[in-house]
Amino acid sequence: MTPTHADTDRFHYPRHGAIVAGFSAVVAIGLSIAKGGDWMLQFVYAEAIGLSIWACTDFGRLLFKLDPESNWPVGWRMVVMQVSAVIIGYVIGTWIGDQYCGCSTFELWRHSARAFASYLVLSIAITASISFFFLSRGRDQRRLRQLAIAQRDASEAQLKLLESQLEPHMLFNTLANLRVLIGIDPVRAQAMLDHLIAFLRATLSGSQQPFHALSAEFARLSDYLQLMQVRMGDRLQTRLVLPADLAGLQVPPLVLQPLVENAIKHGLEPHVGGGRIEVSAMRAADRIVLRVRDTGAGLAAGASAVGTRFGLEQVRKRLATIYGAAATLELTPAADAEGGTDATVTIPA
Amino acid sequence: MNATALIAEDEALLAAELKAQLAKLWPGLHVVATVGHGAAALESALRLRPQILFLDIRMPGMSGLEAAQAIAEDWPDGIRAPLIVFVTAYDQYAVEAFGHAAVDYLLKPIDPARLAQTCARAQAALAARADGASAIAPQWDAALGQLRSLLAAPALTGTRQTPAAPRLQVIQAGVGHAIHLVPVDSVIYFEAADKYVRVVTAEREHLIRIALRELLPQLDEQRFWQIHRGTVVRADAIATAQRDEAGKLTLSLRGRPERLTVSRLYAHLFRAM
Repeated sequence: MTPTHADTDRFHYPRHGAIVAGFSAVVAIGLSIAKGGDWMLQFVYAEAIGLSIWACTDFGRLLFKLDPESNWPVGWRMVVMQVSAVIIGYVIGTWIGDQYCGCSTFELWRHSARAFASYLVLSIAITASISFFFLSRGRDQRRLRQLAIAQRDASEAQLKLLESQLEPHMLFNTLANLRVLIGIDPVRAQAMLDHLIAFLRATLSGSQQPFHALSAEFARLSDYLQLMQVRMGDRLQTRLVLPADLAGLQVPPLVLQPLVENAIKHGLEPHVGGGRIEVSAMRAADRIVLRVRDTGAGLAAGASAVGTRFGLEQVRKRLATIYGAAATLELTPAADAEGGTDATVTIPA
Repeated sequence: MNATALIAEDEALLAAELKAQLAKLWPGLHVVATVGHGAAALESALRLRPQILFLDIRMPGMSGLEAAQAIAEDWPDGIRAPLIVFVTAYDQYAVEAFGHAAVDYLLKPIDPARLAQTCARAQAALAARADGASAIAPQWDAALGQLRSLLAAPALTGTRQTPAAPRLQVIQAGVGHAIHLVPVDSVIYFEAADKYVRVVTAEREHLIRIALRELLPQLDEQRFWQIHRGTVVRADAIATAQRDEAGKLTLSLRGRPERLTVSRLYAHLFRAM
């Protein structure tokens, strides 16, 4: 068992017992001020009853099926457990108090049912408030724990996203090429570095703005493809087609980037002969169709890679968040003889 | 010291740079071929038999690791095994596996000091071979052990299956318009045939459209043994393992007349108890 629950740590029992003892002492002081009488007697009764009920509750719950999250019984079990713990604890505690004072509280019932009932109501009220205290405290702790877990999950997802966007393999290979170019062709090296800078800036700040112009999206894709061009040489041909009237269209940033990366990574890179990537935008009735097409290895070869699905899932999720059901992403085998893969994003115009 | 080497790297600039750096660090090293993909690496290595192979891991077609496996299996007997140096830009799993396997590897961008170290190691290894009177056969042993442990690292073989890949019970093979259900237990062996796998039972054989490396994680490795990069055989269908004078190991089967060849990479599976 991992100690994820604050309730299960080893100091749990003494700590709860001490809190109950403190509560009971306050109750005893309150009662002796309100009612007068022997404060020591009040103290013994309050402590005996308080601790007995607590013991019946805290140990009694172990007899029930516990909710793994809270470590308490749930539903009717909780009610049965709590009611019986109060009754049994009250009887035991009262008996202990009676032993101390040498009298019998239960005798009181015969003499004055009213006085006895008021004792009982008082005990139940006190027990209820203590139980409520522990329950809400546990709930708060649980909420904090869940919050911490949620935050951890979120930052893990973000890290994974960043890693997939930056693609260390691509980055280091690009740097390796850059290192070579610096020695043999400084002008080309500078141009490559400029593309890398633009690519990195776009990737790192991509999530900060909700939309940018389609022309900006195409410029980022061009940076990425130019980097790949240096690496792959004539194994990579690229074609970007953006009609002038769509240049200003607002799209979520880097929505096409994962599709182009997939086309390279799973389509062209594994393909010995390389191939062509075409990115195009066109208007079709009331929709805009954005297409990333490659002439690479095709779906069957790349479909098993986990990376593909992660990238596609990210694009799908983003489209769904922004456009709901109005946007789609489809991945199909290219229809013509050249083969390869066709990724199509459709968004409302 | 004079030696021969092969460079397999799909990015032309990086291949040229590695060659130039090697020329500076090791003038006696003759690069006999520079190739751009795994299949070409296999073909050139077997034809030219260089002493050192620099293999990029991620290459089109066949990966550097697959090429290394094929080279190890098909390398002719009687010729000293090549030294293999893997080159990779970023593969966190690969680097881990290399560490365990103690195979030499280079990270891109290649640090010249690190490359000098690799050259020194290779020279020492070649020198030890030259003056050692040791037999040729044991030369493979260390390299094979290293390769085996690299191939056992799932992240490296490109399958990227989750560790708990479900075990296959029945093979569904298409025959015309019908699907034949072949219980895995009745399969005697699987054999890779290009993009297909031949599924051979005692009665007949089927072709299924899956790569052998994708099928492998779905088979119980206790029951199905890989004996060659292209062959997986059900262990209890093996009748005998016979070694000929040249040391080549072949299996005879229960229920099939043909004999299967065990590659040197998997020969360690067959030892008398």
